[in-house]
Parts: sequence; structure tokens; C-alpha cells
Amino acid sequence: MPVTVKTFQAVSEAASALSSDRAARYLGGGTLVMRDLNEGDVSIATVIRATDRALQGIDAAGARIRIGAGVTFARVLAERELPFLHPAARSIGGPAVRNMGTVGGNLFAPAPFGDFTVALLALDGMVSVQGGFGVRDMPLEEFLQSRDRQAGALVVAVSCIRPASADAFRYRKIARIKPKGGSVITLAAHLPQSGGRVSGARIALGSMAPTAMRAKAAERALEGRPLDATAISAAAAAAGEGTTPTDNSLASAWYRREVVGVHLRRLLSGQES
Amino acid sequence: MARTPLQFRHNGRDVALFVDGGSNLLVVLREMVGDTTPKFGCGQGGCGACTVLIDGDAHLSCLTLAEAVEGRAVETLDGIKSGPNLHPLQRAFAEGFAAQCGYCTPGMLMAAKALLDRTPQPSREQVVEAISGNICRCTGYEPIINAVLAAAASLRASA
Repeated sequence: MPVTVKTFQAVSEAASALSSDRAARYLGGGTLVMRDLNEGDVSIATVIRATDRALQGIDAAGARIRIGAGVTFARVLAERELPFLHPAARSIGGPAVRNMGTVGGNLFAPAPFGDFTVALLALDGMVSVQGGFGVRDMPLEEFLQSRDRQAGALVVAVSCIRPASADAFRYRKIARIKPKGGSVITLAAHLPQSGGRVSGARIALGSMAPTAMRAKAAERALEGRPLDATAISAAAAAAGEGTTPTDNSLASAWYRREVVGVHLRRLLSGQES
Repeated sequence: MARTPLQFRHNGRDVALFVDGGSNLLVVLREMVGDTTPKFGCGQGGCGACTVLIDGDAHLSCLTLAEAVEGRAVETLDGIKSGPNLHPLQRAFAEGFAAQCGYCTPGMLMAAKALLDRTPQPSREQVVEAISGNICRCTGYEPIINAVLAAAASLRASA
């Protein structure tokens, strides 16, 4: 139960401390780590914090938006330059959780949580990780696949593209307790179009695998085609490929697999859920 | 055992303590400061019974590292009354039957206060959103929503 709290100003120092202590956890907003401490997780001996301003910046000026890992969802909602991320930010917890939860921490949230990460994944998300030898950028998808081995690395920022148009990016969270509960399924799709055809489709799903995942078969079904009923039906039929949902108190794996295509169809055709 | 010095402002009064490393703010408030108005509900962020304001924003004290409030202002239900007089929210909850067992009430009141401090005349939808992180087991939400709206109306009348 006794835990040592170490607070560093610089991210690099915090990252060094984190990587050199197997029993250390990095605490951003606290919504994940404090819960573990409250439950008596004896594997946590050290809590590491950083006050570096690099963790708090939002750069929305370019085609690629960069968000510091320590930015809360309340901050995202207050940012007028990021309206396309507001639905995802709003779907996380209640007001108090949004005042505390951070973009960086959300990357580590276990299913059925981590909805904001689903949105980032559909928007070609990248993660800046401070390791022992400096900062490295890696694709969010790659980061998620190796997430459990990233415990010693400190996330400094995430970045994503700005959607091609307001209609190109869509997000939806299917939850029993709307909007704050854990998700039955979370869906995000970025569908830029060129010459009337989808070009560069990205579809991400949450709660359909241990981490957010790309629905690549559904992406292929849309790529190069007009976003019409035929293409949408093909994408909906392929939505479950590669998914590995689990049973939990919100929904069974069977249910998730059965309905993911239904919700993807609704998302793509603009129907209400 | 590692203990850390901690100073923060609690309902307008400076507090200085030594806290166990890794303690959450709720434990510090209840067991060290003696303020039992925030309630322990779930310990994992789902019920909102431990809602307090930190620098005016709603936070869940059970998920707040105590060391993180160094130098900040923490406000709990114990601090919202004005001298001997109830805050309009407290009066509205009492008069509007917006509490039954009362366990969720401190969290509800602080979530509502965070709303009214920023949006003195909220719509019903804004009230619903403001308390969406708080669970009530027995009163039901309608009397609570109506009480918050009544408090806003009385604040407007007195302004």
C-alpha cells in the first residue's frame, strides 16, 4: 500500500524514472491509475507525474492536429478548432471524468473503455513516445498492438489528421448508459472522397478487441467505390472480420459480432442509432 | 512509510498535512481533514458521490491523487453555505424533496454548483448533462433536476 509519488518537471526525466522502475506507473489525470491504487494493486510501488508544458499543448493550426497527452477531454471540448473530436470527447464519462481524463491516458484504457482512441485511430493517429533515447513517433495502430510492452515509455502527445470535410468523419458510441457508460461498440470512420469515390477509408472499432482496432475488411469494401447502398452493405457484411470481442456485463461477444454490421451500416448511411 | 507534505485550500481555509504517498483526495478529506461530506461510493469513478470542486471544476475526489491538489482550492459541500444560511441549491433540494437517503446528495450538489457557477440559468438539458456522472439510487432524477432549476430561478430572482 505505501506508494512513492515522484513529480518531475521535464518529460524526459519522468520517462527515465518510469523506464528504470518496473513497479512504476505514470499518472496523468488519475482515472486509471488511482482506480488501481484504490483497489489495492500491490504491483504499483511508484507513481510518476510530469508537469511539463509539452503535455498540455494543442496545435490545431495545420492539417495534422497535435494534442499533448495531458490534455483533458474538457479541454478538447473547449477547443473551437476541434469540433470533429467533440462527439468522442463528450462520450467519455460525466463532467468530472472529462475534467480529469486525459487524451494520453485514454490510449491505455482497457476495453470496453478508450473511446477517444477509436476516433484517433480512424483519423490516422500517431503517438509521440518519450523513451530512453529521445522522442519517437509511431502509428497509433502499432502503439496499440504493443501497448502492454509500452509501460515503460511515456506518451508525450498524440496527433491526427483534420477530416477532409465535416461529413467525412463520423463517430458513434453504442452504450447502455448513454453516453458515459462503457461501450457495447464504438465506431469511427474517416471517408475522404475523391471524384465521387472513397479514397483512403479508415474505420476503427472499440470494444471489439482488447484495444481499438481497424476494420480493414470493411475499409477494403468501401475503397475506390461510391458511398452507396451496395458499398455500405458490403462494408457492413465485412465489419466483423478480424474482431475478437469478449463477453462482459455490457454485452456478449456473440451480440457484439452480430450487431457491429448493423451499427456500421447506420453510421455510414447517416441513420440514427 | 513515505509521507509527503501537502498544502491546499479547503473551503477557503489553508490546510497543511503530511499524507501517505498515493492517497486519494477523498481519503485525505474524510480521514485527515475531517470533512465527511464527500462520500465514498465506488472508488472507481462511476457513481459521482465523491464529487468536489478543484479550482472551480468538478472532479472525482476518489480518483484524484492527493498530491495533485498541492496549492489548489478544493471546495466541498461543507463549504457552499453562506454563514448560517443554506446555499440556494441546498434549500431547493430540501424543499423540493430532492434527497431521500441523501448518499448521492453531496456529489449531486457539487456537480450542480459547478454548473451554476458557470451557467447561472441552465436549460433542463444542461442540468441533465451536469449530473450525468452522478448516480442516484432512491430519489430518482426528476426531483433533483427540478431542484437545480428552482435554485437557478431563485438565484435569478435575488440578483
